[in-house]
Amino acid sequence: MEELRQQVLILYLASSALDTPVVGWSVYDGTGRTEPMSADADEPPYKTGVAAMRDGWRLIQLSQLIPPYPGEEFTTSYQRYECVFEKLVPR
Amino acid sequence: MTDRSKLLTTRQMALFTARGFLRFDELVPRELCERFVDAYPNSSSGAQGIPLVAAGTPLDDATTPGTPLHDYFALPQIRGIIESLVGPGSRLDHHFLHWREPDGAPAQHMHQDSTIDPRTPFDVQLMFFPQKVTREMGGTYFLPGSHFRKVNEASITRYQNIVGTKHVVCEPGTLLAMHMGIWHGGGCNRSEKRRVMYKIRLNPTVRQRRLWNDDDVDEKMNAPQPIFAPTHPYDPNDVQTILCRPERWFEADAARLEYLNRIKLWRHLLGDDSFDAHYWMTRLENEPAD
Repeated sequence: MEELRQQVLILYLASSALDTPVVGWSVYDGTGRTEPMSADADEPPYKTGVAAMRDGWRLIQLSQLIPPYPGEEFTTSYQRYECVFEKLVPR
Repeated sequence: MTDRSKLLTTRQMALFTARGFLRFDELVPRELCERFVDAYPNSSSGAQGIPLVAAGTPLDDATTPGTPLHDYFALPQIRGIIESLVGPGSRLDHHFLHWREPDGAPAQHMHQDSTIDPRTPFDVQLMFFPQKVTREMGGTYFLPGSHFRKVNEASITRYQNIVGTKHVVCEPGTLLAMHMGIWHGGGCNRSEKRRVMYKIRLNPTVRQRRLWNDDDVDEKMNAPQPIFAPTHPYDPNDVQTILCRPERWFEADAARLEYLNRIKLWRHLLGDDSFDAHYWMTRLENEPAD
């Protein structure tokens, strides 16, 4: 049986909709063939979350829409719309 | 007293408020840049490196006359930037000479310095690049407009790339003045040269109110403007316009929250709690009584 490894693509979107623009991204490669790192690219690999799906990335997690805690309605913090995708590829 | 002509302008302060940084290209004379590099041939503090200075030492007492470090802080332009942002009498929090060897080691993860810090008063970090930095050398990268995000230091390391991230590529003598909250990191040095950057964090000891050259602040700057009005003359240098200009990476619903953050800081800096930009605060503060 062929051994598979996971590649993870995390896209941060401009809104909760998967068809909105990518504003941030990270890549982790379980095959070891590439070693992505911070600040190593200027342009996102996909324009939207849907574009990644059309290229074979499987969505495995989507950030929830959580009401702000009372008193924190105007606070900005982490990226709000995180989508985690995976591909399983031969080792 | 610093020459007022060397202080920052109101427009520069508004840009710092909105984006969390100011960049000054080739500000430090080449001769001083060369002396600086020669004087500190060790990356760490202490012997042959940047002098060890106790945290909290007044900046004015932190350097020894006759040294390149002293001469750097004595430059009227540097004093003007420091005094505009954190005032006279600021304290040295820490300083360090950062070296990045040309070994292709992975880039530093994106982070915010120190700890989570919800204060409105802010520290400033000055990054001085005494040598030319090419893109290959992996100069400091940073994210404009990230300074209001309440995150805790290295918790953001998961973020590898964000649209609009800037990379320092510069000539010798270039300076970045950054709000303490800006997300940043050191890039991967893929060149054949060592990269050098001197960073200092300064704490204010005075209220940060109108410390810059505010001679141009007038009523027009603070007056309400029509909003959602395409025919209203667009002035990119207008303070309200600067405070309401989004970064490319802002989420669709976070941009307006960031405008509120900027307006609150500008009120603090201006010493005027009635200031508003494009009506964002006024609308929220409208709570008519019986």
